[in-house]
Amino acid sequence: MSAASLSAQFLDIVIALLLAPLLTGWVNQWRARLQNRSAPSLLQPYRLLHKLFHKESVLAEHASPLFRGAPYILLGCMTLACAIVPTLSTDLPLAPAADAIALVGLFALGRLFISLAAMDIGTAFGTLGARREMLVGFLAEPALLMVLFSVSQIAGSTSLTTIVERLADQGPAIYTSVMFAGVAFTLVALAENARIPVDNPATHLELTMIHEALILEYSGRHLALIEWAASLKLFAYSGIGLALFFPWGVSEGQSPFAVLYALPVLILKLAIGGFLLAVLETISAKLRIFRVPEFLATAFLLAVIGMLVNNLQGH
Amino acid sequence: MNSSVLFHPGEWLYLDWVLLVASAWLSIGLIGVFALRRLALVAKVLFPAGGVFGVVLLGIALIATQAAPETAVLPIGLPQLPFHFRLDSLSAFFLMVIGGVAAGVSAFAAGYFRKGEGTPPGLLCLEYHVFLAAMTLVVLADDAYAFMVMWETMALASFLLVTTNHRIPEIRNAGFLYLLIAHIGAIGILLCFGVLQANTGDYSFENMRAQQLSPFWASIAFLLALCGFGAKAGLLPLHVWLPEAHPAAPSPVSALLSGVMLKTAIYGILRVCFDLLDLRLWWWGVLLIAVGVVTALFGVIFAAAQVDMKRLLAYSSIENIGILFTAIGLAVLFSSYGMLPMAALALTAALYHTAGHALFKSLLFLGTGAVLHATSERSLGKLGGLMRYMPWVAWVCLVGVIASAGLPPLSGFVSEWLLLQGFLFATGLPSYFLNMLIPVVAALVALVAALAGYTMVKFFGIIFLGRPREERLALAHDAGAWERIGMAWLVTGSLALGLLPIQFIQVIDPVTQYLTGAGLGATVADHGWLLVPVALDRSSYGPAIFLLGIAICCALVFIIVRGIYHGRVRRSAPWDCGFPWQTARMQDTAEGFGQPIRQIFEPFFDLDRQLPSPFDSEPVYRVQVGDYFWRWLYLPAAAGVERLARLLGHLQQGRITVYLLYSFLTLIAVLLLVRR
Repeated sequence: MSAASLSAQFLDIVIALLLAPLLTGWVNQWRARLQNRSAPSLLQPYRLLHKLFHKESVLAEHASPLFRGAPYILLGCMTLACAIVPTLSTDLPLAPAADAIALVGLFALGRLFISLAAMDIGTAFGTLGARREMLVGFLAEPALLMVLFSVSQIAGSTSLTTIVERLADQGPAIYTSVMFAGVAFTLVALAENARIPVDNPATHLELTMIHEALILEYSGRHLALIEWAASLKLFAYSGIGLALFFPWGVSEGQSPFAVLYALPVLILKLAIGGFLLAVLETISAKLRIFRVPEFLATAFLLAVIGMLVNNLQGH
Repeated sequence: MNSSVLFHPGEWLYLDWVLLVASAWLSIGLIGVFALRRLALVAKVLFPAGGVFGVVLLGIALIATQAAPETAVLPIGLPQLPFHFRLDSLSAFFLMVIGGVAAGVSAFAAGYFRKGEGTPPGLLCLEYHVFLAAMTLVVLADDAYAFMVMWETMALASFLLVTTNHRIPEIRNAGFLYLLIAHIGAIGILLCFGVLQANTGDYSFENMRAQQLSPFWASIAFLLALCGFGAKAGLLPLHVWLPEAHPAAPSPVSALLSGVMLKTAIYGILRVCFDLLDLRLWWWGVLLIAVGVVTALFGVIFAAAQVDMKRLLAYSSIENIGILFTAIGLAVLFSSYGMLPMAALALTAALYHTAGHALFKSLLFLGTGAVLHATSERSLGKLGGLMRYMPWVAWVCLVGVIASAGLPPLSGFVSEWLLLQGFLFATGLPSYFLNMLIPVVAALVALVAALAGYTMVKFFGIIFLGRPREERLALAHDAGAWERIGMAWLVTGSLALGLLPIQFIQVIDPVTQYLTGAGLGATVADHGWLLVPVALDRSSYGPAIFLLGIAICCALVFIIVRGIYHGRVRRSAPWDCGFPWQTARMQDTAEGFGQPIRQIFEPFFDLDRQLPSPFDSEPVYRVQVGDYFWRWLYLPAAAGVERLARLLGHLQQGRITVYLLYSFLTLIAVLLLVRR
């Protein structure tokens, strides 16, 4: 473990923590523009976090320690996820601690804690949110796993850093299975990040909300942590998408400065990805909650087909 | 191979020590008979003593996994037919599971059993310890005779334990159902041994190992074993006894049934498939995988729809058994094609899951026991908010829930991870059909794992979180000292299995070496704290680093947020979008939480819904989730048996002349048949 790899790891985490709210702000801004609204500033998410951190936290009288601890655990999970996903460099000392399967487990762990916390207060919305979140989760999780498997089989590894290295080395190539996996991944990423058409991050309409219902009882710094974690999750998912489908331009630990070259490439890729997400959200309509299983089942099916194609082609 | 006859001068073998532990358990049980109604003695002395012997067994077995096989012949039983015992790494591994879980459950039982619960405490103590000893000896048995005797003793002892509260008719029915299916299984196993001895008349396992069966007869033996051990394990369609017997039994007994007894069936199938049979066919693997994955999916879907906490856990056990059989099937498949390192990987996953499930499932059952004692309520719809009144049990159960949901960094995840690695790199199979099958099964396993998370959130959230759904729940008390010791032991085990996979795989290594000739031990040992089953650039997982990473993140965030901003907190009524009239009844019920599952997987359920019409003055909403196997298989079978019995009843005339005629006819028939 060299100083270069340690600094790359450190940079990876810090960049994720700092850039994640910016990505959220970027998506929000584009969404507003595409919908002919006047757009908020790019820095709006940072202002929101700052405001929330300043406010006192209002807890329900009977909230248990689990309720207070869950935001920290969620943020911890998402930070670790960002630390594992190779966004800038593939020379990450923490990456061997968790491969792609463990990464899915990490997201699931965060989801478990936040759902339990939502049930802790015992309000109607809290349990409703928890139930829906787990519903989305149990459908999206296997689909994500299958997507990762399809790509893992091509790269011969489940370690994300190795996947990026091997895919980047062999240059642009078109695999049928990866195309299936890409579509499935997009669907899963929309669902997991509480985006339209599965959920609407900007609504508090009781019949439709999922993620907002979960965190309804949170306020002050706890809410700030959750919002930050949600940004990090979007960042991590974007990072996974880029790693699996556009792995070029990531430093492979040749020189300490390669990381600095990788940063503008990353920002460019995220900017394009964020714009496309805003377009997707603008042109699609919110699904009824009963249609969500069909939406995610499609993702699951596509991912499984991707893996089948892979196996048929003899990888 | 070392061999010994007990009580002969000379060196003591590990086997002798294990037999000594079994006899110690039997003697504790006997003491219980003499102290039939002295609860204090039984609970505070005998059960803890049994627990200590559990720890001893764990220790001996841990060393014995690494030792050479040992045998012993005990001149008990029929003349010319002694008991053969053998301790090899496979049996040592399962002894570890038995000892480790029994230690925790016994300590819990010391605080659990109270006066006036059916069977007197002394008798309960006898049944309990005979059960433990019988399981130990099943795993040690080295001939069909000893195996069947111990197997039946185990079944009987557990039947008596299940029917502890025998005054309640449902519990008696559950017990009889269990006994019936246990015996269907026993017939299968007996016939399997009959095939395995290949007409030599020698029923020792040593002889069976030496036989070389034709693929046809080997397949017959395999199918009989699958049927026999599958009945004990709760494979579809012989699973129906599990959700009846587990809620009926007292919680420590459910913990033993689910945590340990189901594992003896896993032991049996491993012993037959990998040790007694010398060949394995590819379609056995496919059959095991198919049955396993269907069982797992069925179990987890039904678990998510349950409204009784112990039934929920029972269905969750069915799911885990399904996963275990899937892993074993994968191992059989690999080994039939001679891919031994991959077979060892799948087998390691199976054994890891065996130990992991034994610990977390018994922990969760003990948790339900504590809840049951504190509230005398088993129905999820009448619980809630217990985290505030029994925080100790709640936190301990949270560990079990995370392990059971298969989440990192606990034990459930390690085995699932290993299994998925096995599926992922199973691409070298020389058949298109299999290469197509493997991804589909992997997808289903992933789905089952994700659904297990849903089920566990329901289990924990409805019992421990939210507001109490009944007023008297506020009087609930936390677990007592003995109960805490027992649960703490199991929690420690779960954490250790989750965080120390490298060390535990070293323990499993001799077992897979013995069964398949390959193991992960050497590969795993090379990478320090990282778990690397095949190669570092293929996959790796480091649970300790993982946990440390999350913990450091949490601590840093906490310190920074407190440092830069503040830690002010105000308590007030919950907000709930500003709605002021909130009651505990507005939370999701257990039915409500399971509703999405019922909706998505509707064809699986035999639903009985009663919906109110808009004009009902007293609207009633009721939904009951049934099992199609009852409607289409068991009830018709029961009706058929009854019809047959009624037909045979015509033979019973009650007149001596008719019976004399029967004897006469029988005699003639025998004379005709036996011709020299």
